[in-house]
Amino acid sequence: MSTAVHIGVITKRNLLANLRLPDVLVLSTVQPVTFMLMFLYVFGGAIEYALPPAAQGEYINWLLPGIIAQSAVFGSVPTAFGLNNDRASGVIDRFRSLPMARSAVLAGRTIADLLRNAFILTLQLSVGIALGFRWQTSLFGMLAALAVALAFGYACSWIMAAIGLAIRNAEAIQAAVYMVVFPLTLTSSVFLPTGTMPGWLAAFADRQPITIVSNTLRGLTLGEDALPAGHTITGELLTTAAWTLGILAIFAPLAVRTYRRAVS
Amino acid sequence: MGDAIITAERLVKAYGRVRALDGLSLTVEQGIIYGLLGPNGAGKTTLIRVLATLLRADSGTACVAGFDVHRNPGPARQHIGLAGQYAAVDDYLTGRENIEMTGRLYGLSRRDARTRAADVLERIRLAEAADRQVKTYSGGMRRRIDLAASLVGRPQVLFLDEPTTGVDPASRRDLWELIKELVHTGTTVLLTTQYLEEADHLADRIAVINHGRLISEGTPDQLKQRTGGSVLALSIDDTQREAALKALLDVHGGHASFDNRRGKVVVPASRGVDTLREALHRLDAAGIRPDDIGLHKPTLDDVFLHLTGHLTRAAS
Repeated sequence: MSTAVHIGVITKRNLLANLRLPDVLVLSTVQPVTFMLMFLYVFGGAIEYALPPAAQGEYINWLLPGIIAQSAVFGSVPTAFGLNNDRASGVIDRFRSLPMARSAVLAGRTIADLLRNAFILTLQLSVGIALGFRWQTSLFGMLAALAVALAFGYACSWIMAAIGLAIRNAEAIQAAVYMVVFPLTLTSSVFLPTGTMPGWLAAFADRQPITIVSNTLRGLTLGEDALPAGHTITGELLTTAAWTLGILAIFAPLAVRTYRRAVS
Repeated sequence: MGDAIITAERLVKAYGRVRALDGLSLTVEQGIIYGLLGPNGAGKTTLIRVLATLLRADSGTACVAGFDVHRNPGPARQHIGLAGQYAAVDDYLTGRENIEMTGRLYGLSRRDARTRAADVLERIRLAEAADRQVKTYSGGMRRRIDLAASLVGRPQVLFLDEPTTGVDPASRRDLWELIKELVHTGTTVLLTTQYLEEADHLADRIAVINHGRLISEGTPDQLKQRTGGSVLALSIDDTQREAALKALLDVHGGHASFDNRRGKVVVPASRGVDTLREALHRLDAAGIRPDDIGLHKPTLDDVFLHLTGHLTRAAS
């Protein structure tokens, strides 16, 4: 399969960028870890009383699955900048003039970002464990949670791919992405249970995908008791799968179309 | 005349109300360097992008290496190389890695990509720097590595969009030599340039393009001859320039224009000395006395000015 070879070549190229520009990798790993420390120590003491019993009275148990969901989404953002930069530097023109599948550049980019995200999430989990996080289910549940987070992050990469190719100006991308991503993670169950939010906000927070992914990760690592009343692990998993596949179904073709028309 | 390797017929590409290509037709025979000249926005880059399968024309047809670029872009891509206006290479990869990667994307096996990359690096005289990251390269070296990447697939047709823009004069000469050598191996080169000197030095044939149309085509010598045999250049005091331009309208069919690069009023002299005499006579009648006057063979600058009414940017 020559397309598979091409995807492999492009993936390797993008991964090498991570390894040879280590400052980028260091910064993108430090940020999620700092986030976790900040929330843990700033909010932790005040929040513990509001946690469901499944968290065993430890905020880190509640926080870690949520923050992994957040990092999975944040980890998709570089896809937009990577493609934007490739277009601005003329690399995409070169690739498009070569006898290779149109999908290879996008697949190679998103797969490289998925692998990078896997590294970041694993690191974050390790720091979390060092800070006292303990999964209450099983190692299998923990690994399943990581896989779910990465799959959702991968789907988000395709949204970012479409944005990175549709918007020329890198600063505009930065503004557009963070304008959406930050409020979405804050109005979710990433940091706090939604029960203390005003009714209208809780109604939104309970239904938006980052909450659903966070809940799924909590169900898989802390057990069904960590979920809001009436929710089941299977139910959350199915909803997460629907979001993941739905995003892919819409944004993968959209990104490929934008790529075909991308002009440097 | 060899066989045609590029043919474009009545290509049209519009962006809103602007027609970047306006019914442009062109034929390039195999094994030559073909230069596209034209002012900024004339449609040169759009033409290259259509021929290199990056852009679909609204109408018209184009064939490269025997394949229709619209209906059959896949096979056409097997036979083309592209070096755009930017050096499209990755800074954090070594020169060799950049070329091997492009080779793999052309469909070469890992081993073939390696041997071809070594071969190409030798040809562009970058073998010594090949294992350094591109970020340590000079501007000229970046252009050369970009050129090498476009050659690794052994293309029959190579598109070079302003290959030496922003390169220092010494590196420009090096690039010229490299491009000339390519043609000896049978590659056909289609290049755009802003430097008339470059076109004069490199191109076997030249097309002058303006407003998306082909306005003249031929060897550099043919183009110069067509401009009218010779050119009259006059140094005239700034205060009298407008009056002189008016007096020299339609001198034996040619119109005077001001070339601000040379600081002279130039008139195509279709009848040589007779035109000179006629021009002086008219200036006399208008009470204008030129400081200096000369009759010379047209340069490509004259051709360009004559055909497009535009002045080119000075070659740095």
